[in-house]
Amino acid sequence: MSIFSLAITVLIGVLFFVLFFHLSNFLLDYFRVKVSKNFAFENSIRVIIFIAPAFIVLFVFIIYPVFETIRLSFYDKVGENFVGLFNYNWAINDPDFKRSIINNLGWLIVVPTLSTFFGLVIANLADRIWWGSIAKSIIFMPMAISFVGAGVIWKFMYDYRGPGDQQIGLLNAIAVALGFEPQAWLTIPIWNNLFLMAIMIWIQTGLALVIFSAALRSIPNETLDAARIDGASELKIFWSIIIPYLEQTILVIWTIITILVLKVFDIIYAMTNGQWQTEVLANLMYDWMFRGGGDSGRGSVLAFCILIGVIPILAWNLYRHKQEQKV
Amino acid sequence: MKKLTFTKVFSQLLLLLFVIAWIVPTFGLFISSLRDKDVLAISGWWTSFTTTEVNEIYRTKGKEDQIKEGDYYFIKSNLFDEKQGKEIYRFGVTSKNIDEYEVGETALFKDETEITVFENGDYIWKSKEEFKKKKGKRIFVSAKSPPSFTFDNYKEVLLKEGLGQAFLNTFAVALPATLIPLIICSYFAYALTWMKFYGRDLLLATIIASLVVPLQMCLIPVLTIYNDFGALFGVSAKSYPGIWMAHTGFGLASTTFLLWNFLKTLPSEMIEAARVDGATHYDTFIKIVVPLSIPSFASIFILQFLWVWNDLLVGLVFLDKHPSEIILTAKLKELLGSRGENWEILTTGAFVSMTVPLFIFFSLQRYFIRGLVAGSVKG
Repeated sequence: MSIFSLAITVLIGVLFFVLFFHLSNFLLDYFRVKVSKNFAFENSIRVIIFIAPAFIVLFVFIIYPVFETIRLSFYDKVGENFVGLFNYNWAINDPDFKRSIINNLGWLIVVPTLSTFFGLVIANLADRIWWGSIAKSIIFMPMAISFVGAGVIWKFMYDYRGPGDQQIGLLNAIAVALGFEPQAWLTIPIWNNLFLMAIMIWIQTGLALVIFSAALRSIPNETLDAARIDGASELKIFWSIIIPYLEQTILVIWTIITILVLKVFDIIYAMTNGQWQTEVLANLMYDWMFRGGGDSGRGSVLAFCILIGVIPILAWNLYRHKQEQKV
Repeated sequence: MKKLTFTKVFSQLLLLLFVIAWIVPTFGLFISSLRDKDVLAISGWWTSFTTTEVNEIYRTKGKEDQIKEGDYYFIKSNLFDEKQGKEIYRFGVTSKNIDEYEVGETALFKDETEITVFENGDYIWKSKEEFKKKKGKRIFVSAKSPPSFTFDNYKEVLLKEGLGQAFLNTFAVALPATLIPLIICSYFAYALTWMKFYGRDLLLATIIASLVVPLQMCLIPVLTIYNDFGALFGVSAKSYPGIWMAHTGFGLASTTFLLWNFLKTLPSEMIEAARVDGATHYDTFIKIVVPLSIPSFASIFILQFLWVWNDLLVGLVFLDKHPSEIILTAKLKELLGSRGENWEILTTGAFVSMTVPLFIFFSLQRYFIRGLVAGSVKG
């Protein structure tokens, strides 16, 4: 398609929604002035106009699909015949599924921990240095890049050439310079998972960093100064004042990254596609969605497993929201 | 005091180490995208800043270019096709001894003709008899190649590999997929904050629950709806409006939540005063709330735009892989499969896909960070 036809399509799409709200409200005003003076009626129509589009979208794209996916997980691959726990039974005995669960757990332990840790350390280091904001910008930058773009960046870092050849991947060049054999990093089972996780850590540290930086500013200077006057070392201040103060923030960042990691797909799909024992749930699910014409039963089971992972966080969020509402 | 300075120096060094570790991968990709593809395939990008030594083979011109001066026949030309800035320091005329002669020396061929090669690639080939062969002779040179960068890879990738079209497609996906949720959700968030209606709290709780629902939970049923819809009306199940609405759906909860968080900080007296003066909710929304919300709109716009721009999964599921629909990330993934060893294409392609996010990042970083920090209250 040409730029022109794309632009027209885009314009029509956006205008449609602008006009919907504008016209429907205009009509309602017109109706109110000319025909009826019933304010209660007017108000309820107005509420419907305001929430209907969002509610329909929410229902069609989130609420209904969640329940439908759960239903489909008990049905066969075309979603027509009830098969009970067959799909779950398959999953438990499937080696790829076991591998995915183990890998996902590994991701869940390593990535949020290291991203949060690096983010916290860097935020502290950068806070007191004059070029700190430039440093923060640089470390934050990967947040703007797509996972696939990051995949290409790191695939290039991990590139492997035979032992005799010039290495063009930085990691192997360093390995060779230090006297080691070059390695095809992404094909070494178990360890390759760490090399994939490194990409996610590289991206998410920036998120932790900016949120911590904002939170650090909320620690009262008097507290820190008092500790310094009393002769506490920077390390001691870090552990005894800053960490306890940021407890809530640490928890929040941890959960954000945890949710992201549970859904990790792009990196695996682009770098290894689950080969060499790097399979994860989201990639396996995508695979089953389309493999051999698609199997919605097995795909749904895998999606449901990801949902189970976030349910504790979901419950905690709802609980917190309720507490806030009371106040 | 000494201890304090040590801590300071140490923390500066540590931070520097982090910064280097974080920037080097991207920097390497960027430099590689600017290198000549033949050089890129055989040497690391970090060698591109220094003068490197290369051994190359060139061929002289043949008999057509000869001129006669006095008793001798000459062929005078330059070995390099175009100016490359290379400096020859040794050369040879046989493959057995490729650096036999110093530059400027005169070498003797087997047929008794003489050739002199100069530093910049000029050569003078001299013979007593007329040159008879169409093809020239091979000359082996050892040259120093200064750092050189080129935009050729970008031309190739944008025009021949179809990344230019994918770039436009991504815009056509990302703009509406950002604007539509912003429009819908601003009304929705307003209603959730300032309108009283039955089921409001339940709706809010649903939004908060939806924030963390993984996208994967929704893909199969939505795809089925699209397929049924497409079959019913005889249209393609994969289309731009389809993906706009999918992105709207998947971004709806977070957009609404962020806006709701902002709107409830507005003073309620202001809204109520407007209502008492007889303004409808629509007037209040358009004339008071929207102008006040511009900064938070900007933050949310950036977050959602980057999310859509960088998305791969939704694009794979809801768009075709035709050149007219494929988005950048999907195209890049395709290139990773089909051109896995052509690093000039991959590095350049990746950088093209990063241009827009990086531009937004550097120009609007403040709004981006504000959005992220505001969003961090969600789980």
